This record gives sequence, C-alpha cells and structure tokens, in this order.
Amino acid sequence: MPLVLPPTVLGFYLLLVFSPNSTLGAWLNEYLGIRMVFSFAGLVLGSMIYSLPFMVQPIQSGFAKLSPSLREAAYVLGKSKWITFRKVLLPNIKPALLTGIVLAFAHTIGEFGVVLMIGGNIPGKTRVASIAIYDEVESMNYAAANHYSLILFALTFLILLSVYLINGGYLKTSLLKSPNND
Amino acid sequence: MIDIAIEKELLFSSGKGQLQIAFQLEQQQFLTLYGASGAGKTSILRILAGLLTPDTGRIIIDGITWLDTANKINVPPQKRNVGFLFQDYALFPNMTVQENLTFALQKGQEKNPIKDLIELMDLGALQNRKPTTLSGGQQQRVALARALIQQPKLLLLDEPLSALDVAMRNKLQAYLLQIHQTYQLTTILVSHDIPEILRTSEEVIVIEQGKIIERGTPSDIFQKETSFILKGTIQALRKEAQSVKLTLLVGKEIIEMSVETATANNLLVGNIISVEVLHPIIRKYS
Repeated sequence: MPLVLPPTVLGFYLLLVFSPNSTLGAWLNEYLGIRMVFSFAGLVLGSMIYSLPFMVQPIQSGFAKLSPSLREAAYVLGKSKWITFRKVLLPNIKPALLTGIVLAFAHTIGEFGVVLMIGGNIPGKTRVASIAIYDEVESMNYAAANHYSLILFALTFLILLSVYLINGGYLKTSLLKSPNND
Repeated sequence: MIDIAIEKELLFSSGKGQLQIAFQLEQQQFLTLYGASGAGKTSILRILAGLLTPDTGRIIIDGITWLDTANKINVPPQKRNVGFLFQDYALFPNMTVQENLTFALQKGQEKNPIKDLIELMDLGALQNRKPTTLSGGQQQRVALARALIQQPKLLLLDEPLSALDVAMRNKLQAYLLQIHQTYQLTTILVSHDIPEILRTSEEVIVIEQGKIIERGTPSDIFQKETSFILKGTIQALRKEAQSVKLTLLVGKEIIEMSVETATANNLLVGNIISVEVLHPIIRKYS
C-alpha cells in the first residue's frame, strides 16, 4: 500500500495517528515519553513505513530466484528453518539485499511529502535536504539550492556506482568462472 | 526394511491423477524407479524424504514410523536422516566444498566422516573451491559426499547423473556403487537411463501415471525375450509394393530394412526409433 499511496496522504494520516490528541500519540507521549509528531524519531519512522516496500520487493525477487532445492537440501541435512534462512538463503541473496537497502536509502534521502507532513520543517531538527532545497528555491536563494542539490546528486551517483560495482563484481565471479573438466 | 503405501493427487504429464504406490524394500538393496517423465517417480522420493506430504498413507523404515496419516504422524525431513541427491546438485554457492561438507555435520555428531569421504570421492584438491567453479561431475561428487556426512541408511538419488555426459556418468556410477557397498546403504535411484540401471540396480520398479506396473530385476524388465535393441534416426522412408524401405542411422552405420506399411504409417524422417530384434539369424564366417 505505501508503494502507491501519495506520500502526503501517508504523512497526513501518520500525523493524525501520532498527534498528541490521538490515543496512540497520547499513550506514547505519556508512558514512553516519545513524541512522534514534529520530531526526528517520527520522521525516521514515517520514512521507514514509506520506503520499506522498496526494500522488500528486490529481496523478495532475490529469494524467488534461488533454487528451492537449496532450502530442501538444508532441511534434509537436518537444519532448522532458521539456520537454513540464516546460513543458506540469506547469504545467497546478497546482491538483492544490497539493492534493496540502497533503493530504500536513496528513496528516503529524497523523500519530501511524508517528512514534511510528520516532521514539519524545523531547522536543526527535522529539516531534511530535500526540504532545505525547496526552502532555498522559495526564498530565491538559487546558489544555496544548487549547492544542496549538487551534494545530493553526487551522493546518489556514488551510491548507485558502488552498487553496480559490488553487484557487478559478484555476478562476474559467479557467472564467468568457466567450469573445469574433471 | 522400507514399507511404503501412499496416495496423493498429482499433476501428471497427461493431467490430474492419483499417485498410488505401495512397495516394500529390504535393507541394502539398490532399487531404481523407472518410468517416463512426469510419472510420479520424483514425488515418491520427495515423499520418502519428507519434502512432500501425501494425502493418505504410511511409511515405516526399520520399524520406525515416519509417516502415518491415520494417526497424524509425520516426521519432518530434518529428523528422517536420509541422504538426498538433487538433479541440480543443490550445493550452497556461498560455501566452499569444505564448508558445504562441514555444514552437513550434525551438532555433537560423534564420528566426523569428512576426511574419509574426501578421500573416497577424490575431493582433496577441490576443498577450498566454491561450487560455481566446479564441473558438473565434480559438483555431483561433492553433493554425494555431503549427502553421506550424517551417515544415513537410506540414500535417495533423483536423476543425479542426467545432466552429465556419458563418460562422466560412467565414472559417477562407479562412485555410487562403491559408496552403496562401503556404507551398506539402501539406495533408491530415479533414472530412465537403461544402461545405468543395468549397471547399478538389483531391482527395478516401473511406474506409469502414478501406479506401479512392473517390478523385477533389470534384466527381467529390460531384456525379456528381445535379443538386442537397435536405436537410430530415420534417414529415409521409401514406399515399395508391399512394404516400406526404412533407412536408419545407427551410430555411424546406415542400416536398411523393410517394414510393413502399417508399421511405417506413423513414422517420419528424423524420428528416433528403436528396433527390437527377437530372433537374430547368426552366420559364422571364419
């Protein structure tokens, strides 16, 4: 659902759910001392809810690509579901795992709607890069907006490059090694 | 002794049907399940290993009940201690050969047979290699060693050699026979390679559409009264007055023979056929 829901809509509902006037928000505030609205914690939680599906999908397809006989072989060798998952399945979907993590991260640093709704735009507290860029453009301060944008641009480019290098290297080692003859 | 009687609805090559199998097998036998693809052979192995649950039935191995649907007993695959060899080897790509073998060790297993198995399967030089760098034959040897680490008494082989070339198959068959004898295993092989069955198995069960249709020794099943079988590709079909002249490529030889028109009706050039010769006429020249 968060995959197709407009971010502002998601942010708006999170704002309602966590507001100190709601039951959950009041309970969190009173008993745990956590304030989710207009705070960094709330902003992180909102981003997680919004970005998690972007991580789940590549990981799911990574699992789907694994041969079912790997899992079955581990079971027949007496290994529990948890050991099979941790020692066999998870290590063999490393590229998908990395892609998922990076996609979710890249998606989060560019997030606007959800974080603006739940975090507001409090300097030094909940003002994130993408909102800062918007702010600078609003006040016609193009130089600063350009500055921020370039940093984000370089950062995302570097992330993407490292994913391709790592995953590319991984694929090369597993695919290009020619089988030897007996 | 293995005592199995199971039923399960399955999707066969011809559509939905019932897998209905019951047989017994003495210890230390080498049995082959033989039949066309999609006849239910692999499902039987998977049911024995606990990877597939039948609708009804029971499996009793040496007096221990692994499955009894009437009494809701179903021992999970983890507790059955069978050796299972998959067609695609199923080696863990993230582990080296040595790690694949070590992973198979049981917690607190008294005897560590890794060293013996490495020696028996000639894996010494491959220990630190990852499975993706090995040939098919090497991978299957590692998989075979791994299947034996927990010293199972029952070894299930799901067409383990079908992806290998003939030379490699011969080599692996020798390994299979060796370990079958060394470890006094009860072995069940799924195969449709007749020379392989003749070489390895003491008994054959023929399965068709989920049912056992025949059981016997490999020579009983495959040789019967046929003296020999020629297998070849049809090169030409030429109609003659009363018959059809058939040109067949067998190995590198061209053989011509006359067959009845009715027999040749459904044959086409390029078809691969087998010709059974019942009463060969033999003449001695020297």
